[in-house]
Amino acid sequence: MDIYLLEAIINGILLGGVLALLALGLNLIFGVIDVVWIAYADLVMCGMYLIYYLNAELNWPLLLACAWVAALGVLVHVLIIAPILGSAPINQLLATGGLLFFLQSFATLLFGTDFRNIGVRLPIIELNGIYISSARLLAFAVAGAGAIALYFFLRRTFVGTAIRAIAQDRDIVGLMGIDQRHIYLVTSAIGGALAGLAACLLTLQYDVHPFIGNTFGPLLFMICVLGGLGDMIGGFVAAFVMSQIIAIGGYYFSTELSYVFAFTFFIVLMFVRPRGVFSR
Amino acid sequence: MTAQHAMIAGLAVALLALPHFVAPYFMHLLIQILLWGFVYTSWSIMGRFGFVSLGHGAFMGVGAYVPALLWNYTGLTPWIGIPVGIGFAVLLGLIVGYPCFRLKVVGHYFALVTLALSQVVMLSIVAARDVTGGSLGFTPKAVGHSWFALQFPEKIYFYAISVALWFGGLAVWYWIDRGIDREALDAISEDEEAAASIGINVIREKLRVTLISAGLTALGGAIYGQYMMYLNPETVSGIAVSLQIVFAAIVGGTYTAVGPTVGALLTISLNEGLRVAFGTNFIGAANTIYGILLVLFIVFMPRGIVGTIQDAIKGSRRGKAAFYSAIRRPSSADQ
Repeated sequence: MDIYLLEAIINGILLGGVLALLALGLNLIFGVIDVVWIAYADLVMCGMYLIYYLNAELNWPLLLACAWVAALGVLVHVLIIAPILGSAPINQLLATGGLLFFLQSFATLLFGTDFRNIGVRLPIIELNGIYISSARLLAFAVAGAGAIALYFFLRRTFVGTAIRAIAQDRDIVGLMGIDQRHIYLVTSAIGGALAGLAACLLTLQYDVHPFIGNTFGPLLFMICVLGGLGDMIGGFVAAFVMSQIIAIGGYYFSTELSYVFAFTFFIVLMFVRPRGVFSR
Repeated sequence: MTAQHAMIAGLAVALLALPHFVAPYFMHLLIQILLWGFVYTSWSIMGRFGFVSLGHGAFMGVGAYVPALLWNYTGLTPWIGIPVGIGFAVLLGLIVGYPCFRLKVVGHYFALVTLALSQVVMLSIVAARDVTGGSLGFTPKAVGHSWFALQFPEKIYFYAISVALWFGGLAVWYWIDRGIDREALDAISEDEEAAASIGINVIREKLRVTLISAGLTALGGAIYGQYMMYLNPETVSGIAVSLQIVFAAIVGGTYTAVGPTVGALLTISLNEGLRVAFGTNFIGAANTIYGILLVLFIVFMPRGIVGTIQDAIKGSRRGKAAFYSAIRRPSSADQ
């Protein structure tokens, strides 16, 4: 096999790790609160700016960003999602779309459209002629660890069990003595924390600018829908499928065309399996 | 009814008289408001029935790029190129719309499929940069004043075209609003299964308004391109344009004829006003305010400005009657 193709495939797998982490966060919020956060990728953007200022200027540790973005997630839930929990799903989608507009333009207002990076560049590893960025390798490993931690949290703790229960039947959970509003807040916080973790991993690889959310936001929704909205494992697998299409398509054609393939693949699969590829 | 006719006639006279009084800059704004108002109205033709498409950026992009490409590369007049572009947009609507409606892809699944469609069109335009100029944009060959090329350096021509277009859009809106199918579409938007059970051909009805909406949006995109004489994938296609269309229509009010135009008026004047007020010091200020407004509108005024004003007038005029009709039909009142 062509060594450059192999490199593209490996990079695709590594990229898939971060996407899978984000898909987990988005799917968690969808499965539990039943709202599609169109602005989820822009929470990552906010996290990247927080890291840029707190780490590069004040030298605060990177992972604190998780806490900041978790707080941001709670704020979004309380201010925007909670008041419209009862309205039509499409209105909820559009409200978070308004948030997307707001976050992007507010970031433009505050920070301008310059590309910024924290100036940390991890070395590139060479392995039999294949070049692998260690930032990506690290991102993949941390994303995997995050996914496993989330799995055990959902399986082994009381709150995690309550979260899974609410995703199955939101009405009956109240009868079991669980406060739904409390669980919603916890879920938003976890979703935010995952976005913050992804922000830490992405700042090591990419420059931050107000519209960075647009580069992977749409892809993220396609991944979640493809895996079945709310289906964690489906989303996890779909993340790697999509990142492979993009990596291999980018190798043979161009980056834009590879995205065209990925989105077309999504549209076609929606017609074949309208409720997600892994739906039963 | 006669009062309404008088209002329309008055509006027409005002719009025709306006060019004699205003500076070219305001003419430019008026043309923009009318053209975007037309596009937003085209979206609301299907959007008002709850078929929320985030794919109208795709139709607009196809409508704008096809005639311009044909003109530059083959010299084909836009008089033929524009219908060809509309044809492509309608075909695209059919390819995506039919399976969606057939397989009951609705709600936010439909929104996300159409979202993917607008990305596909935008990225295809960028990827074909050898032909379309990619992200740098595309300029149709200018030939000066020409009916054949549909190019007019004087703003008055495009002003007249956009007024005609805008009235045409409203006419189509009323045509669907008054037609028998409107009842069928209302039934579908309430409950698709129930509508099918009483003999409504759900797929045909949905497809028809979708294709009309897609075709008109493509027409709007084509005229916009002819007027601006510059196309950019970011400004005529893609998610940004799709969201811009949906939001302006919702802010103005999707359930009334002039709502989307009011949305265009508000968003464009807000943008220009803030731009004039702050200059380039506050890039993003306009959109920040816009974003906050959008969230507030969707949370507090889901019927938009015009819808809310109408409700208020109706409420004060015949308070009790409106109250009782709201009780009798809660579903249509809180939609």
